[in-house]
Amino acid sequence: MSKQIQVSGLDAYYGSHKAIEDVSMTIEPRSITAFIGPSGCGKSTFLRTLNRMHEVIPGARVEGKVLLDGDDLYGGNVEPVSVRRMIGMVFQRPNPFPTMSIYDNVAAGLRLNGRISKSRLDDTVEESLKGANLWNEVKDRLSKPGAGLSGGQQQRLCIARAIAVKPQVLLMDEPCSALDPISTLAIEDLMAKLKDDYTIVIVTHNMQQAARVSDRTAFFNLAEQGKPGKVIEMDETSRMFTNPSHKATEDYITGRFG
Amino acid sequence: MTIKTEIREGGPATSRSASRRSHGEAPFRFLSTGAGVLLLGIMAAIAVFLIGEAIPALRADKGNFLTELTWDPNSSQVFGIGALAFGTVLSSALALVIAMPIAVGVALFISHYAPRRLAGPLGYLIDLLAAVPSVIYGLWGVAFLVPLLREPSQWLNDTFGWFPLFAGEGAIGGKTMLAGGIVLAIMILPIIAAISREVFLQVPKMNEEAALALGATRWEMIRMAVLPFGRPGVISAAMLGLGRAMGETIAVALIFPATFGISFQILTPQGNSIAANIANGFGEAGDIGRGALIASGLVLFIITLLVNMAARMIINRRKELMKADT
Repeated sequence: MSKQIQVSGLDAYYGSHKAIEDVSMTIEPRSITAFIGPSGCGKSTFLRTLNRMHEVIPGARVEGKVLLDGDDLYGGNVEPVSVRRMIGMVFQRPNPFPTMSIYDNVAAGLRLNGRISKSRLDDTVEESLKGANLWNEVKDRLSKPGAGLSGGQQQRLCIARAIAVKPQVLLMDEPCSALDPISTLAIEDLMAKLKDDYTIVIVTHNMQQAARVSDRTAFFNLAEQGKPGKVIEMDETSRMFTNPSHKATEDYITGRFG
Repeated sequence: MTIKTEIREGGPATSRSASRRSHGEAPFRFLSTGAGVLLLGIMAAIAVFLIGEAIPALRADKGNFLTELTWDPNSSQVFGIGALAFGTVLSSALALVIAMPIAVGVALFISHYAPRRLAGPLGYLIDLLAAVPSVIYGLWGVAFLVPLLREPSQWLNDTFGWFPLFAGEGAIGGKTMLAGGIVLAIMILPIIAAISREVFLQVPKMNEEAALALGATRWEMIRMAVLPFGRPGVISAAMLGLGRAMGETIAVALIFPATFGISFQILTPQGNSIAANIANGFGEAGDIGRGALIASGLVLFIITLLVNMAARMIINRRKELMKADT
C-alpha cells in the first residue's frame, strides 16, 4: 500500500514566476521524508506538485517528471483526480468539512468512489479513526459536527479522512503548525505509526520535529527573494542534523538564518 | 443613555485622547439617534395611516375579509382577500421555482466555473437585469412572452394534463399564471444570483482544497464543500427574492387578467395579485374601495414581513453556526 516517488528536473510556476527549479529526489516507501527550509523557499509548493494540487491555483503549472512507482503522474492521459485519490494530503490548518459530522467527514472520500454498503462504510470509518488514534475520543459522538472537536482532534480527523481512501502516499503540509505541543506530540506519534503502511512526506518549520520524526530530510533554500527555490541537499536525517555537507544547511539548522 | 454617561464620568476621563474623543461624540450621537428615531416615527406614521384608513372599510365589509373571493367594495360592499392572496402566493412561488435553479446555476458558474475574464462581465450583466424598470418587464411579458407561450402551453396541457398544475379545459395559454410566474422569475433572478454568488465565493479555500485533495472532481467538490456551506445563504436569498416577487406590482398588473378565483391551473388565462389589484383599482375606488385596497396592502405587508423574518432567522442561525466553527 506504499509506493516510491521519483522526481526529476521539476520546475513549478505561478504564472510567469518560477517558484521552484530543477528539483530531483527519490522518496522511499514506508518512511518519513521531511522538507525543511525558510519561508517562501517553495517546499510547500513542491509538496503540492506531488499530488497535482499545485495546478488548482489559477495560472500555476509544472514542468518535469514525478514518477509513482514508475508511472508518470503528469502523463498525458492521467487525471489529476485519480492522482489525488492515490496520494492523500493533510493541510496546515485542520480543515474538516464544517457542515459534516465526524462520521461523514471520514466517509466523504469513500463516498466519492460510488455506492458503498453501510456496514463496509461503518467498518472503514472505525478503522480509519482508530488508525488516526482518534476512535476512543469520538466513538460516542460520531454524529456530532467535526468542527466541534479541538484543533488537534480536528487534525487527526483530517488524517483519518485522508487514510480512509487507502492512499499510497500521505503528504502533510506543516500539519502541526496550528497545534499546541500536546496535540503535536499526538500527531508525531501517529506519524511514526502510519509509517509502517504509508509513504509519508512532511513539510515542517520545526527543526526538532524534522529531527524527531523523519528518516530523510531535504533542505530547500532560495538564493534571494524572488528567485526560485532549490533543494540544497537531501540526506539521512541523522546525518543532516549532525554533519551536513553544505554550509547553508548547517547555518539554517543551527538557527543562524531563516 | 443615562447609564452610558455614568460610566464615562466614573471612568478615567482624565487622559487627553479620551476628552478629545468625547468632543465629537455628542453631536454625532445626537445625529444618529435622531435619524433612528425619525425612521421609527415615519414607520409608525405609515402604520397608523394604513390602519386608520383600513378600519372603516373593514367595518363596512359585508363578507369575510380573510376568506371572501370577490372584490366589490364599491357597490355591493362584499370583498375579501382570499383570491388575491392566493394569486400572490402562487405566482411568487411559481417564480421562485423557476428562478432558483437558474440563479444558483448562474452563481455557481460565475463563482467556480467561468474563467475570470468571463466571470466579471457575466456577473455585471446579471446585476444589470435588476436595473430594468418593472414596467418594461410587464410590457415584454404581454407583447412577447404571452404569444410565445401559447404553443408550449398547449403541448404541456395535451401531454401532462393529468397533472393538476397543467390541467384545464377550454382556453389554454394567453395571460396565464405561467406567464406571470416567468416574468417574476426573471425579475427576482438577479438578486438571488448575486447573493448566492457572494455566498459561494465566501466558501473557505481550505474546505474546497480538502475536497479536491480527496480526489473530488469539480462538481463533487461543489457538492461536498460549496453547496452545504452556502445553503443558508442561498435559502435567505430565495426568501428575499420571494418577498420581491410578492410585492411586484406593475408587471403582473399588465399580465394578469384580474380574475377572482382560486385555481391551480397555471396554463389557463387567470390570475391576480394583491399588488396588481391595488394598481388596477385605486384610480376609480370610492372611500370604502380605497380603504379596502389599503387593507389588502396591509395583508401583503404582513405576508412579506413574515417571509423576511423567516429569512432573517435563517441568516442568524447561520451566524451561530459560524461561531461554532472558530
